Amino acid sequence: MSREASRRGAWLAWVVQSLLVLAVVAGAFWVVHHALEVLRARGVRSGFDFLVEPAGFSISEGWLDFDASQPFWRAFLAGLVNTVRASVPAAIFSVVLGTLIGIGRLAPHVLLRGICTAYVELLRNVPLLVQLLMLAFAIANLLPDPTEPVRLLPGVWLSKAGLSVPWPASGEGGWWPTHFEWPERGDFGVSGGAALSPEYVTIVAGLSFYSAAFVAEIVRAGILSVSQGQVLAGQALGLTPVQQLRIVILPQALRVIVPSLTNQLLSLTKNSSLAVAVGYPELVSVANTTIGSNGRAFECIAIIMAVYLLLSLLISFGMNRYNARVALRGWR
Amino acid sequence: MRNVAQGPIAWRSELWGSPLRALATVLLVVLLAWGGFHAIEWGVVHAVFRPDAEACRAVQHGACWGVVAEKWRPMLFGRFPYEEQWRPAIAVVVLSAVTVLSAWPRSWRWWLAPLWIAALLLFVLLMRGGVAGLVPVPTSRWGGLPLTIGLAVVGLALAFPLALLLALGRRSGWPVVRTLSASYIELVRGVPLISVLFMASFLLPLLWPAGWQPDVLVRVLAGLTLFVAAYLAEIIRGGLQAVPRGQTEVAMALGFGRWPVQRDIVLPQALRLVVPALTNSVVGTLKDTSLVTVVGLFELTGALGLALGGDPTWRPFYLEGYLFIAAVYWVLCFGLSRYSVWLERRLGEGTR
Repeated sequence: MSREASRRGAWLAWVVQSLLVLAVVAGAFWVVHHALEVLRARGVRSGFDFLVEPAGFSISEGWLDFDASQPFWRAFLAGLVNTVRASVPAAIFSVVLGTLIGIGRLAPHVLLRGICTAYVELLRNVPLLVQLLMLAFAIANLLPDPTEPVRLLPGVWLSKAGLSVPWPASGEGGWWPTHFEWPERGDFGVSGGAALSPEYVTIVAGLSFYSAAFVAEIVRAGILSVSQGQVLAGQALGLTPVQQLRIVILPQALRVIVPSLTNQLLSLTKNSSLAVAVGYPELVSVANTTIGSNGRAFECIAIIMAVYLLLSLLISFGMNRYNARVALRGWR
Repeated sequence: MRNVAQGPIAWRSELWGSPLRALATVLLVVLLAWGGFHAIEWGVVHAVFRPDAEACRAVQHGACWGVVAEKWRPMLFGRFPYEEQWRPAIAVVVLSAVTVLSAWPRSWRWWLAPLWIAALLLFVLLMRGGVAGLVPVPTSRWGGLPLTIGLAVVGLALAFPLALLLALGRRSGWPVVRTLSASYIELVRGVPLISVLFMASFLLPLLWPAGWQPDVLVRVLAGLTLFVAAYLAEIIRGGLQAVPRGQTEVAMALGFGRWPVQRDIVLPQALRLVVPALTNSVVGTLKDTSLVTVVGLFELTGALGLALGGDPTWRPFYLEGYLFIAAVYWVLCFGLSRYSVWLERRLGEGTR
C-alpha cells in the first residue's frame, strides 16, 4: 500500500468510527428519552427514588429477614442474598457430583460407565426449567405430609414441608455456634435444625443435578487430555490407581478443567434466576414482584443486569486467581 | 484411564477382574434391578394407558399415561384452534424436514438459503392463516411444539448474521468497533436470559410509537435473537482465531483485498471449524426456548401447564405430562448432540 493510500485509510477509519460513536450515543439517548416520554404519558414515574419507599410485600425466607414495611432496596438485597444462598451450595454440590460422575464415565467398569453416561445424557438434554417444574411438582405432591416425614439419614427428614437438616446452633446468649442442633420429629412435623423450604430444595437440587451433568463432561475431557504416558509413568512408579488419579492425572487435568468450569459456574449462577418459576424469592423474583407493584420495569431490569454482571465479574475474578495457581508456570 | 478396551472379553475382566470389581458389579446389578423393577412396575405393569380418569385415580402405584392419550393435542399445539391443528403439524414437519436436509453436509449449497426462506414463509403462512382460505389464527393462540421449534430456528437464523458481524467486529483493527462489539457480547453473556426476556416483554413496548403494539411473540423473538447472537459470536470468534495467520498473509500477497480475504478464505475455514460448537449452541437455544413460558408464551412447557393446569380431572397427573414433554425435548436435543458428534468426525476426516 502506498503512503497516500494508507493515509486515506486512516482518515476513513477515523470518520467511520466517529460516526459509529455518534450513532450509538444518539441511539441510546433516543431510546432512553423516548421510553421516559412514554412512561410520563402513561403517568408512571421513573427513577430510582422508589428504592427508599416501603416495599409492601414480604419475603418468605432467606438469611435476611424482610417484611413489608422495609424499603425496596432491602428487598433487592434480600433477593441477592437468596440468590447467593441458592447458587453457592448448588455450585459445591454440582462440582462434587460432577467430578465423581466424570471420573465414573472413564472407570474401568462397564456398568459404572453406563450409569454415569446415562445420567449425563438424560439430564443434559432436557431443559432445566422442565426439570425444576417436575421436581417442584414431585416435592409438593408425591412426598408424604409433614406429620409423616421420611428419614433419609439420621437427622435428615424430608416431607412436603421441605428438608430438615442438623445445623450449628449457638448456646445461651452466645454468638459463636457451640453445638449441632438435630431436627426432631414431633406430632406436628419436624422441628429444630435448619428447615429448608420446598422451593429452596427444588432450586438447589435441580441446579446441582443439571449442572453436574455438564461438570462431568468437563472433568472427563480434562482427564482425557492428560497424555497416556503420564499414566504409564505413574504405573511404572508403582502408584495405585487412586494415587495415579490424585497425584498424576487430576493436577494436570485441572489446567484444562478450570477455564471451562468457570464458564459452568457462571451459567449456574445465571440459571439460578429460573427460581422465579418455582417460587423461590431470589433477585429476579423480587424484581418481578416490584415491577408488578409499581411498574418500574426499566429500573428493576437495570438492577438485575447490574447485579448479575457484578456476580459474573466476581466469579470470573475468583476463578482466574485459582486458574493462575493451577496453570503450568513458565509456559506462557 | 484412557483407551478403555471394548468388547465382551474386556467387559468380563472389567466386571469380575478383581474382588473389588466383583463387589461393585454385584452392588450395581442389585441397584439397577431394584430401580428397573420399580420403574417397570410403575411405568408399565400398573400403568393406565387409556384416557380414562376414573381408572387413573383408582390405580395406586402406577403411572397414568392416559393423560398423554387424552391431552396430547393441547400439549403439542397449545391453544391453536382444535380443527385447525393439522396446520401446525404440517408446519413442524416442513421445518424439521428442511433442518434434517441442511444437516447433511452434501446439501450445503447455494440453494439452501432460498429453501430456508421458502420453508419459513410456509411455516408462518400455515400458522397465521388468512390466505388461501385458511382461517386466520392470531399469534397469541400459537403454542406448543411449533412455537418451540419455530422460536429456536428463527431465533438462530436471525442471530447468525448479527453474530458474524459481532465476531468480525471484535477482531477488527478499529478500536471503536472492537470495544463496542466486545462490550455488547460481554454485557449480554453476563446476564440471565430471563432478564433479557423480561426486558423484551416489559421495555420494548415503551419504545414503539404509541398506538402500535408489537406482538409479544415478536418481542420475545427479538430478545432471544439478541441473546443468542452474543453466544454465537464468541463461537465464531473462536473459529476465526483458529485459522492460521498465514492464510490471510498468503491471500494478501496474492493480491486479495481485505473483504475478499475474510469472505472467501478465512470465514469458510472458521465456520467449518466451529460447526460442532454451533450445533451445541443450537441444542442450548432449543432448551432455552422453554423460558419464554415465564413471560407468558405457551410453547411446549407452557402448553403443558395450559393443558393440565385448568383441568381438575387431569391435574393430579402432571408428572406423566412432564415426562412426556421431557421425552420430546430429549429426543430433539439428544438427536442434535449425536449429530454434532457425527459431524465432527466427518468434517475432521479431510483435515486430520
